[in-house]
Amino acid sequence: MTGIVFVPYGPGHESVGVRAATMSAPSKERSEPLSTEDAAADEIGALRVVPARHPWRWVATAVIAVLLAMAINALITNPAWDWPTVGDYLFNPSILEAVRLTVLLTVLGVGLGFVLGTVLALMRISRSPLLQAVSWAYIWVFRSVPLILQLLFWYNLAILYNEIRFGIPFGPTFFGIGTMELIPPVAAAALGLSLHQAAYSAEIVRSGFLSVDAGQLEAAAALGIPRAKQVWRIILPQAMRSIVPTAGNEAIGMVKGTSVVYIMALPELFYQVQVVYTRNGRVIALLLVATIWYLVLTTVLNIAQYYVERYYARGAARALPLTPLQRVRRTVAEFRAGSARRRAQREALSPGLSGGER
Amino acid sequence: MTDEDVMVRVRGVHKSYGAHAVLQGVDLEVRSGEVAVILGPSGSGKSTLLRSINHLEKVDRGYVSVGGALVGYRRVGNTLHELKEREILKQRTHIGFVFQSFNLFPHLTALENVAYAPVAAQRRPRKTVLPLARSLLDRVGLADKADAYPRQLSGGQQQRVAIARALALEPRLVLFDEPTSALDPELVNEVLDVMKGLARSGTTMIVVSHEIGFAREVADTVYFMDDGRIVEHGPPAELLTAPKHERTKAFLAKVL
Repeated sequence: MTGIVFVPYGPGHESVGVRAATMSAPSKERSEPLSTEDAAADEIGALRVVPARHPWRWVATAVIAVLLAMAINALITNPAWDWPTVGDYLFNPSILEAVRLTVLLTVLGVGLGFVLGTVLALMRISRSPLLQAVSWAYIWVFRSVPLILQLLFWYNLAILYNEIRFGIPFGPTFFGIGTMELIPPVAAAALGLSLHQAAYSAEIVRSGFLSVDAGQLEAAAALGIPRAKQVWRIILPQAMRSIVPTAGNEAIGMVKGTSVVYIMALPELFYQVQVVYTRNGRVIALLLVATIWYLVLTTVLNIAQYYVERYYARGAARALPLTPLQRVRRTVAEFRAGSARRRAQREALSPGLSGGER
Repeated sequence: MTDEDVMVRVRGVHKSYGAHAVLQGVDLEVRSGEVAVILGPSGSGKSTLLRSINHLEKVDRGYVSVGGALVGYRRVGNTLHELKEREILKQRTHIGFVFQSFNLFPHLTALENVAYAPVAAQRRPRKTVLPLARSLLDRVGLADKADAYPRQLSGGQQQRVAIARALALEPRLVLFDEPTSALDPELVNEVLDVMKGLARSGTTMIVVSHEIGFAREVADTVYFMDDGRIVEHGPPAELLTAPKHERTKAFLAKVL
């Protein structure tokens, strides 16, 4: 309480409000004094604690269990789902190859998309009007044209320019490459997806930068930290907290979004199951195969996102919430400790000692 | 006052935000090792003056020099050339700044907060900076909090880390912008104690504050600012007990 000494001199005009507000906090703590005698308080502290009961949670759990059982029953017992065929095709080499392509396109699309998007976001918040304008124009164009149209343009680039030449603009050419050789269909698809993704990623990264308190840049500038490090080491790690959830959204969207490249006749997952079911007629079973694989891929991304978010939450929360695994372990440990305690209590009471004696 | 003694010189500084004139011709001279406290009502331009000393604010007219070097400009003959950002950043490494709202980096621990600027701005090896950072945390009484993140610390502890962070660059001058105004009353003293220790060790300090008791005890010179001007200045014994100017009297009557 030595700090109180300064208060009579202390608050000038600016800080009166702040102090008035903060003063109330400690006084609240003081308003619950230990009015009971110490002995009485000890006695209360020694009493058995019965945790609050939540009967409605048990009711809700039962209802959900019944609904879940009905759903599973409907999935298993109806032969129209054709589970044996699903089993046959789930790990079929052509399907696995298609899954590989879907993963490849997702990684390239999101990876390159976010790298280019970060560059665009940095251009947009830079102090150069030219870089700002270029970034703005890029985002304007690539957010305006539907992805499917862009993909078709890239796919047909060879028709527009059948050779790409490297040389001095409007001057001599050093060498040229056929467009089809330089940009095969897979590359065209990855390019289209990532260029489109970059426009959206740029806005996501920019919104992350905007979410960081302006005082952070000011403190970094006051410490003389070079501009690039201000952005990469001070602002970006903090911005990641708001970037990651939206980026996770985009990545999961991209897993499924890669299915639009079927218009380029690329054998990714969705295209491949169509090829198979037009051949054997097992439409539902093969759609289920695709569904299961999309579920697996997005589940992996969900888990990855959870841990990435946790990583960037360092320092943002006083204590990090437990991971699901840690929660399971803690519940088990608590249950064990609880039963041990109850057993100990029973044993203490059973010899017939009355509760008041201590 | 000889020229070598002068650590900070502020001459005829003017600054406006649009039509609003915040600083209207401020002159100030702070000697090496001196502690100057700037008092004044809110909106009098105290913080703007402090921020212009390390070029966080660009002044419209007049100049600021620290340790004999112009801040933000280079003089060539009769012209002033604006410095590039990189050079301004380098100048700032000689000037510590402590913010009202601490502005610690929340994703770094207390130790990393203190150690980051010497590594990033002065390119000193991390190996030599870490022991220095630890000893600075010890100096502000937080040796045991080295691995805590700012949000796990109280306001007073955060501000002490921020002071250690400013000192890590071994600055010639430390500026304090209302360092205790965001703190709970019972936390004010732990920060003021650290600042008193600094003042005794001969650090040149300019402190914008409302802590009249601190000014009385520690300051060599107290400045009173109102309406973008320095109304009067003098040793605390004079200015705080027998102010000459009506506005100073009115202000002190309100806060004492």
